[in-house]
Amino acid sequence: MTEPTPHPSSRSKASWRDGSLAQLTLVRFREFYREPEAVFWTFAFPVILALGLGIAFRNKPADVIAIAVVRGTPRSDSLYARLARAPGLKVELLEAAAAAQSLRTGDVALVVVPNTLDGVEYRFDDTRPEGRTARFLTDDALQRAAGRRDPVGVSERRVREKGSRYIDFVIPGLLGMNIMGGGIWGLGFAIVEARRRNLLKRLVSTPMRRTQYLASFLFSRFAFLILELAVVVGCARLLFGVPVRGSVLQLLAVAVLAALAFGGLGLLIASRARTMEGVSGLMNMAMLPMWVLSGVFFSSSNFPKVAQPFIQALPLTATINALRATMLQGAGWAAVAPSLAIVAAWLVVTFSLALRLFRWR
Amino acid sequence: MSPEQHLPALRVVGLKKAYHDVVAVDGLDLTVAAGECFGLLGPNGAGKTTTIEICEGLTDPDAGVVEVLGRRWDTDERWLRERLGIQLQETQLSEKLTVGETIRLFRSFYSRGRDIDDVIEVVQLGEKRASRVGKLSGGQKQRLAVACAIVGDPELLFLDEPTTGLDPQSRRQLWDLIVELRASGRTIMLTTHYMEEAERLCDRVAIVDHGRVIAQGSPRELIASLGAEHVVEFSTPDAPDTTLDAPALQALDGVKAVRQQGGRWTLDVVDLARTVPAVLAELRRRGLQLGELATHSATLEDVFMSLTGRQLRDD
Repeated sequence: MTEPTPHPSSRSKASWRDGSLAQLTLVRFREFYREPEAVFWTFAFPVILALGLGIAFRNKPADVIAIAVVRGTPRSDSLYARLARAPGLKVELLEAAAAAQSLRTGDVALVVVPNTLDGVEYRFDDTRPEGRTARFLTDDALQRAAGRRDPVGVSERRVREKGSRYIDFVIPGLLGMNIMGGGIWGLGFAIVEARRRNLLKRLVSTPMRRTQYLASFLFSRFAFLILELAVVVGCARLLFGVPVRGSVLQLLAVAVLAALAFGGLGLLIASRARTMEGVSGLMNMAMLPMWVLSGVFFSSSNFPKVAQPFIQALPLTATINALRATMLQGAGWAAVAPSLAIVAAWLVVTFSLALRLFRWR
Repeated sequence: MSPEQHLPALRVVGLKKAYHDVVAVDGLDLTVAAGECFGLLGPNGAGKTTTIEICEGLTDPDAGVVEVLGRRWDTDERWLRERLGIQLQETQLSEKLTVGETIRLFRSFYSRGRDIDDVIEVVQLGEKRASRVGKLSGGQKQRLAVACAIVGDPELLFLDEPTTGLDPQSRRQLWDLIVELRASGRTIMLTTHYMEEAERLCDRVAIVDHGRVIAQGSPRELIASLGAEHVVEFSTPDAPDTTLDAPALQALDGVKAVRQQGGRWTLDVVDLARTVPAVLAELRRRGLQLGELATHSATLEDVFMSLTGRQLRDD
């Protein structure tokens, strides 16, 4: 059939900014910065969390451990006096019931009970590191006061190095968690919201190229990633002196690969869901195990050996391992290659599955 | 004119679509000529949206042939997408973008299309250009949806219930816009369950019920098919239904058809001046009280009633 004459104002596009990829990416930026909550959660949240953890777990000059001596026996007061002089311990005299209660709630790490003979009984929870330390310090103080002489002469030199504190450990963990959240929440919610609002269907009713729509998410993720990285690493360095020992380029490469992989996971999670409730459930199901297992706040080696192959195969574990190695140990490409291979495998698998399953209409 | 120009803009033959065991479209045939404004008129749930979305290439039919601008969806999707303008029944555009940004986004998808300022002017959103979509009224949002549909300068424009849920003033504004678009020579296919809308906007109308076309033609032809230009409605509140019967009314002078619904009688008549006195005389003869009496010129609503025995709108 003959084509009707175009409208008088009909014309081709003027500049690259009128291209659909540029316009779609601009939409992503606009939707982001016009949502103040999103800006807060992306940038301020990890910094505030790091600040809180940094204060809670700051390395105190002399970490004192609270213990209790049971009151009311002939030797209670003399034991109390001896322990009160001991370094690293804070002692109080408590009734037997109050002492037991304090031990249960963790207010004291150990209770000293004088027994009928010359001896004492230590009550403590040996599964808690504080309990074991308290037992060692208390026993050492009492034995020395009673006249023990150590056969081996010992001198101490204290080394407190930046890079091996808790804050140094937790910053790469938070960074990995943030990259995961950005990819999964950033893509998942936006895509399901667009599907729920019939916007995806409206978009595919135009000649828009579907790959460009998905690419716009990746482009915007890259831009935000660089900002997130700068904010978190910058604040950690300024406030706590957390080092970046490896190359910045390598850190960036790890972050970008991780952002892509979590973007793929987000895409996969959002590929069929129609409701926000549905996608939220799926996201939590995907992220919760990783928050717990992947070594964000404590080393993943705390989990049993049988679980390790599974834990090490998780994308967040691999990401955090690579980030920690790069930032704290100054590891090179070869050292992070196995972790990167795991992340890359997730990227390939999630993207190819997501593209196959994706529901546009 | 070359023979090619007689090719229809849209041809649908034997269309069928079921969702699980609910049949939405049940053997539907349509032909829309190039340059006309064609309306699918029917009650909610008649299969209008399913039909239009199949024509738009958004839903796959179970059976049937769909040819849009002489092409098929499975072979020429990109070619078609460049040439169609689509407004879906319920699209919520991103609320955080402005009117101008939204139209520019949709313009970016088409390799050729209309000037953005020009489109904003056509849909009368000039003053709202910098406003967020979330702040627009229902009518303004709907005009924005039309703007997004026409920004690619389409040969064929699909509008799915463009005025549903709008207040009368917004509806009239949208009607003016559609009349203007029709005048510019583009083919338009729209769905509606408002008979005034179909009568006012459409060159031709297909009345759809239960997934089939039950009548097709220009609004004038369809109304003429009643064989009567006027409709008399009356009720007899005190009388049991049996005291008056359809054959008796049918026998009156100038009555073409008789319908009864819940104590209310509807007569299609040729000439009010002849029939109304006859009806009153008949009631008097039977000693019946006249509850209310109304007359109007026949509309598509009456056509639908005469075909299905039901009203077009359930509200």
